[in-house]
Amino acid sequence: MRGNAEAHELVAPGSLDAVLHLLAEAPGAWTPIAGGTEVMVAHAAGRLAAKKLLSLWGIPDLRFIQAAAGSIAIGACTTFRELRASRVIATELPLLAKASAWIGSIANQSRATIGGNLVNGSPAADSSPALLVYDAEIELISVHGRRRLPYAHFHTGYKKNVLAPDELLYAIHFPTRFARHRQYLRKVGTRRAMAISKVALAAAALVDEGVVREVRFAAASLAAFPARLPQAEAVVCGRPITTETIQAARRALLDEVAPIDDIRSTAEYRKQVAANLLEEFLAELQGAGVPQ
Amino acid sequence: MSRNWPAIELVVNGDKRSVQAPPMRRLLDVLREDLHLTGTKEGCGEGECGSCSVRMNGELVNSCLVPLLQAQGATIQTVEGLAIDGDLHPLQQAFLNCGGAQCGICTPGMLIAATHLLANNPHPSMAEIREGLAGNLCRCTGFKRIFDSVLAAGQIKGPTPSESHAR
Amino acid sequence: MSTHAKTRIVGSPVPRKEGVDKLLGRARYVDDIEREGMWHGTTVRSTIPRGLVQSIKFGRHIDWTEFAVVTAADIPGENHIQLIFADQPCLADGRVNHCDEAILLLAHPDKCKLREAAAAVHIDYESLPPVFTIEESERQDTIVWGADNVLKSFLLEKGDVDSAWTGAAHVVEGEYRTGAQEHLYIENNGCIAEFSAEDGVTVWGSLQCPYYVHKSLLAVFHLPEDKVRVIQTETGGAFGGKEDYPSTLASHAALLAMKCGHPVKMVYDRMEDLAATTKRHPSRTRHRTALDANGKLLAMDIDIATDGGAYSTLSSTVLSRATLHSPGPYVCPNIRVRGRAWATNTVPYGAFRGFGAPQAIFAIERHMDEIAASLGMDPIELRRRNFLHDGDTTATEQGMREPVILDKLLDRALAESGYHAKRALFVKQNATSAVKRGMGVAAFYHGSGFTGSGERYLNSLAGIDVTGGKVRVLVSSTEFGQGTNTILTQIAAEAIGLDYEDVVMAPPDTGIVPNSGPTVASRTSMVVGRLIERASRQLVALLQDQVGLANSFTPDEFFGACERYRAARGEVVSLCRYEAPPNIFWDDQKYSGEAYPAYAWSVHVAQVAVDTVTYSAEVEEFWAVQEVGKVLNPVLAGGQIEGGVAQGIGYALYEKVLLQNGHMVNNQMTNYIMPTAEDVPSIHVYFEEIPFSYGAYGAKGIGELPHDGPAPAVLNAVRDAVGVSFNTIPLMPEDLLAKLNAPLLVEEAATA
Repeated sequence: MRGNAEAHELVAPGSLDAVLHLLAEAPGAWTPIAGGTEVMVAHAAGRLAAKKLLSLWGIPDLRFIQAAAGSIAIGACTTFRELRASRVIATELPLLAKASAWIGSIANQSRATIGGNLVNGSPAADSSPALLVYDAEIELISVHGRRRLPYAHFHTGYKKNVLAPDELLYAIHFPTRFARHRQYLRKVGTRRAMAISKVALAAAALVDEGVVREVRFAAASLAAFPARLPQAEAVVCGRPITTETIQAARRALLDEVAPIDDIRSTAEYRKQVAANLLEEFLAELQGAGVPQ
Repeated sequence: MSRNWPAIELVVNGDKRSVQAPPMRRLLDVLREDLHLTGTKEGCGEGECGSCSVRMNGELVNSCLVPLLQAQGATIQTVEGLAIDGDLHPLQQAFLNCGGAQCGICTPGMLIAATHLLANNPHPSMAEIREGLAGNLCRCTGFKRIFDSVLAAGQIKGPTPSESHAR
Repeated sequence: MSTHAKTRIVGSPVPRKEGVDKLLGRARYVDDIEREGMWHGTTVRSTIPRGLVQSIKFGRHIDWTEFAVVTAADIPGENHIQLIFADQPCLADGRVNHCDEAILLLAHPDKCKLREAAAAVHIDYESLPPVFTIEESERQDTIVWGADNVLKSFLLEKGDVDSAWTGAAHVVEGEYRTGAQEHLYIENNGCIAEFSAEDGVTVWGSLQCPYYVHKSLLAVFHLPEDKVRVIQTETGGAFGGKEDYPSTLASHAALLAMKCGHPVKMVYDRMEDLAATTKRHPSRTRHRTALDANGKLLAMDIDIATDGGAYSTLSSTVLSRATLHSPGPYVCPNIRVRGRAWATNTVPYGAFRGFGAPQAIFAIERHMDEIAASLGMDPIELRRRNFLHDGDTTATEQGMREPVILDKLLDRALAESGYHAKRALFVKQNATSAVKRGMGVAAFYHGSGFTGSGERYLNSLAGIDVTGGKVRVLVSSTEFGQGTNTILTQIAAEAIGLDYEDVVMAPPDTGIVPNSGPTVASRTSMVVGRLIERASRQLVALLQDQVGLANSFTPDEFFGACERYRAARGEVVSLCRYEAPPNIFWDDQKYSGEAYPAYAWSVHVAQVAVDTVTYSAEVEEFWAVQEVGKVLNPVLAGGQIEGGVAQGIGYALYEKVLLQNGHMVNNQMTNYIMPTAEDVPSIHVYFEEIPFSYGAYGAKGIGELPHDGPAPAVLNAVRDAVGVSFNTIPLMPEDLLAKLNAPLLVEEAATA
């Protein structure tokens, strides 16, 4: 344990209002901590720079799964265990349920939150590809009010996002219109469990009479933050799936991504495997012929 | 301690405990050093090995990643809380019979993870056991006899280990 | 000698002796222990791989009077860690030879203040050019150790290798490489030390060999033997990683205790343990093999190079075992093995389960499949044609006087795994599947006990006493999960005729137990167990002779006789010294003769799936068939095989040590990857038993054997699956990608 517990202040105001007021009082001074599965690792490594921590754990206003007509709202401090256990998520957002099962281990899932996963902003974030493919919107909140924006616009660089110093990630909103989409999510890690992803691909496509009407591809670990793959999408959208389309989509993906070599894997591996995953999905689409 | 830290109230293995310590003190260190419950172990400090696993409010958690403040009012079960009146719980007995412990350092966390699994799924399949224990690393056994132990425990009727307290 | 008689306790799955405490969470590992007035210690380590220490500055914001500071200058005795050669300093003195080398020690009652202080020590270096690989060391442009960078070399020769090539129908060459491997015991290294002028040094620690640590401390402190006491605490895994390293750690803690006048605890966290302590030696083995037209081995020319790191530690003995295991379980009339251990500026490599054999066996067993492919022969048939049998001689001209049942082990392994049927099935399935499957085999032996005259040199002493109504086993052999406590008490209970509960272990404390040798080399069952067996019978004979114990007796009668004996003689103790089996002759110069008193034999079969979408290889199922003499406890023995196989699979496919500038950069469990419960395959274990007359109740060594086979079996299976050879471990998906062609996905779904 290389951290010094006495060197960090941790307060738990207990309500969303109190949290927002603290953030407004001293913008940038407080670092929110939800389940702590990232913050406490940094703390133990002696690398926790944040001296003032604001606990969001257990605040009921931040922990919810609300289904309405046509949409689902998930509170930022909902844990991955809760997401896994939710019937409505399993039905309407199956890729999110799948991703939730991949977060660390059962013990990590009971503490890790979806908000923490997004705000931590790892390029390998497990939930991000599913959010991108589902056109998720995030809702940010402060004493001044709320704003919503596409999750795709949340990250602006490596571990940089659009949160203002007095703002908190409040909820993630999903349209529930994917029942007829073919969906795919695959994560490639160092082992079957407890693995940071080397690359992950999420995909959703609406196929009508053999032609792709709508398609989304999103990947983790191919860029500074999880992102859609617009070039590959453009190749496929509006076209039937043929060998040519598949190879063109593959080439487009290889062209548009710029992963790096790092401690876990190589740029070449990430590119080739991402392209293989894409091909795997498109081959499934082709084989399916008709949509689900 | 001369600082004004808030008192954190916990119920640990059925006993009410009160701890005054920095809010960012790890629950693991509180259990081991402040409450002298050294059964729970530190193997990595990163939430990867599971040897610090405890049950907190019925959830399986890595206690090395829980700041004390967030355990306010929590009910906690550690390995010391599994025995029934000082005797091995049937889960522990199954581990003894099947050879589920070799060096024993992963065992407390493994027992807690197995307890959690059995509490939610009294008769788990092999696949469910593998998933339930995936967060607990064992370097000695190759996991086989741990799986055997949990399968054997899954056949046993009686109180689940989550229902026992140390007394 | 009742090795063939029926036994009640030996051979039974009696429960682990210390199992209840472990399961209750009551077992006390070193970090669970506090001593009154205890301080904590930490180590300031080199941040460069090689160079001179120019200055050490202490930050002015720290009140250094609160701290104990120890440098090499504080060492009362020798500044070296006594292992084989005395080249490794206890603390670097003016020069450093690897990253993370210990330079300075600090102690303080408060762990947080200690960390702050360590960060406030500023060291300036003059860097010298480092050497990081075997190849760089071999070039000898930069000499970093001795006169030529060679820590040790061996040359083993049998017959006349050089004349075999011209007549040979086939000559096959290959090069095989293995990477470093970390033990990853779940309990990190740790110890507590106390020092007083009166009692000298006392150390409690997580360790395998109390007397190794004892010997090291004698040198560091210049104290007499009775002023150093080493006590093993419950140890959470070791695998060789706590064979030599604890001598360094104990010396550090004891020096701090001496300096500050308080007990000092030093427990590494995972990041430090991974970066700074020993690992398995990386290796490069080159094979050149001549065969006749029928695939019979004519000659083997083998070159082994290991990377020993910056100091020799155990590199010579690891190289020795590698050398002796490199020709595999085969008959070959002409053999040359040239082995060299090279120095590099990396953290010294040390003992790890297998101790050179996994490296050597990876090479030969991978090479056999390469030979088979080259000859167009079935790899199973190639092995059968060349297996050692009773009466054959090895590379060192050791005659196989004990039965060698490789054929039977192979038959059983093939039958249990369904090897042939599966291979046929996979050939068909692989044609249209993105996941390619294959089967791979490895056949091997593992020499039990120390090499050659090693056991004679150890001259182990062990036995029993009777204290407090129990028989106590007196050994310095330690428990760290493998079952020492259980099997030795089983043996004593059996040999005397008591119940298992009547026998306990004496504390592993050099103040109490004799030196039964280190807990290494798979010697505990065979060698130490035998001493316990003999000492037990010796005590019974003594009681029968001296105080009228009858020929057959109850436990009560036995303990009654002990008390009568005690009344007359004062204590009830029975110790025995090692006796070598007959006909063990070993020439250390020529490297010939009986290399090991006994061999354990094994065949492994791996079923592997290679996913051509992700280039991941996974072991789906594994079979291990072995002959280890008498199985003393089937649950413990099975557990040893299963655990060793899992570690071997990690060695093959998951565990990679990444070094930058000689420092391990993936020194966290999130980045050093071992298989989880979701990754390990079903592991099927089968024993054939041929009792060995000179081992306890017929037992031979078992602990290291299972780590020798998985890597070659798995990589042979990968070759079977994808038709491409991989000769380096760990084999990572990135490596598979680099060599495989574009993946064969399922034929366009449209045709399905």
